[in-house]
Amino acid sequence: MKLITAIIREVQLDKVREALIEADIKRITVSRVSGHGQQRIEEMYRGQIIIPDLIPKIRIEIGVNDAFVDITVNTILKAARTDGEGNVGDGKIFITPLEECIRIRTGERGGTAI
Amino acid sequence: MKIFGKRSLLILFLLLIGSSGLFAADNTHIDSGATAWMLTSTALVLLMIPGLAMFYGGLVRSKNVLGTIMHSFVAMGIISVLWVVVGYSMSFGKNVLGGWFGWDSNYFFLKGIDTNIMDAGIPEYVFTMFQGKFAIITPALIAGAFAERVNFKAYCFFIAIWSLLVYNPLCHWVWASDGFLFHLGAKGAIDFAGGTVVHISAGVSGLVAALFLGARRGYPYQVIRPNNMVITMLGAGLLWVGWFGFNAGSSVSSGLSTAQALTATQVAAASGALFWILIESFHQGKATALGFASGILAGLVAVTPAAGVVQPYGAMILGILASTICYMGIQLKNKLGYDDSLDAFGIHGIGGIVGALLLTFLIRPSWMHDAAASAVGGKWTVWNQFGVQALAVTIAIVYAAVMTFLIIFILNKFIKFKSTENDEMAGLDRSYHGERGYGMLNPS
Repeated sequence: MKLITAIIREVQLDKVREALIEADIKRITVSRVSGHGQQRIEEMYRGQIIIPDLIPKIRIEIGVNDAFVDITVNTILKAARTDGEGNVGDGKIFITPLEECIRIRTGERGGTAI
Repeated sequence: MKIFGKRSLLILFLLLIGSSGLFAADNTHIDSGATAWMLTSTALVLLMIPGLAMFYGGLVRSKNVLGTIMHSFVAMGIISVLWVVVGYSMSFGKNVLGGWFGWDSNYFFLKGIDTNIMDAGIPEYVFTMFQGKFAIITPALIAGAFAERVNFKAYCFFIAIWSLLVYNPLCHWVWASDGFLFHLGAKGAIDFAGGTVVHISAGVSGLVAALFLGARRGYPYQVIRPNNMVITMLGAGLLWVGWFGFNAGSSVSSGLSTAQALTATQVAAASGALFWILIESFHQGKATALGFASGILAGLVAVTPAAGVVQPYGAMILGILASTICYMGIQLKNKLGYDDSLDAFGIHGIGGIVGALLLTFLIRPSWMHDAAASAVGGKWTVWNQFGVQALAVTIAIVYAAVMTFLIIFILNKFIKFKSTENDEMAGLDRSYHGERGYGMLNPS
């Protein structure tokens, strides 16, 4: 089992979500986060251009069985990359080993609980 | 613009300003009581626009909250300016082009009314500004029908053109002393504070626009939840408060008819709200805050044309009927599947039609008596008046629908009215304003 954590642009959330649902990956957790990356965005504030320190992003977390890692990653890659070729700020995907997964309702463990 | 350069525009502007002040005050005295109330009413009706911004703003997703609020706010800018330049003249001038709208060169830039006192004892400036607020809120109401998916620039052009070609003529027909609906039947079509002019026209136009644009991305399969019901409820409250200016101010006096309108307004809003949550409790099992707010609006919309002619029991019945029919209308919308996002037609269109038609059966006897006295042959029945109301409503519906379709159809050739898919996904706030409504939700 793996935990896939993707940090993506806010504006791409709808696209990524729709693509994941289409790929039959329907159990996801989404949160709003902020962070530093290579991207610098300019915002207007009272007629001044400012560059905020922390840029708002969306974090998607998906726990998957090993057989589904590739399709999940490819789906996110395709949907979160902007303008076809990608831009600075499109985000990152982290894959970490997942030790255990427990469904609270039934108490079942492991791959079937995902 | 090439022929008519900036400099000549400036000169024209200065000439127009320079020629004001030709008309001295007539001998009418200012009625300070009426003037004070009309000034208050003017402020109250203006308060409805931020109220509407909050009401609509809370109902959309957080990525669209500022864009939706701006739909109301930008109307305060665009329509106020247009109203002063030509709007008042088109609405309350003398018939031109066969009565299509009015025109009076004294009203152009309001240059001839600097010292005018009206027969009602109020300065004409006060009446102008009071009516101007109605002109602002009407196009802002339409925005609820196509929320979350409209290009800001196209919207700005749309409300400007709509105000000139739909609102001003309708306002002229119903409220100007030489408007043709003002003289229909024995005592005219009854539209006390704008059921036809404001709510039916905005609701129907909203429906046409929503059908033309098509649904939002993901509608109706994706759940689209309000981002902040708290500001929606506060907005509904402000609308209720502001409506006292809207209805009671429409008596253009400070006296008995003001009190009658004010009472009818309160009763209809309360009974509408109460009845909506009752229906909801039986139908869905829970009384929702949004239901209560919708009931307030349905009641207020329905009593708007009627506030001058119904007694409290009549207002109560109107509130109840408006809530019932609007509730059924929204159920029907869900079945039909068109995307009137914030129910601009469902509440304002349907509620306005209910009010304008059914008020006929609830008119106070003294009004009918006066109508009979001024009718040809001395007889005037409820059904005579119903015919007049139905005709006025039909004219408003057809005119608003046809003109709105034409305006959007032609405008759409120049600026795409609907947001692009990317703009819609990113949200109106980011795409058109470069801002975020709730920056503080994230550490930033």
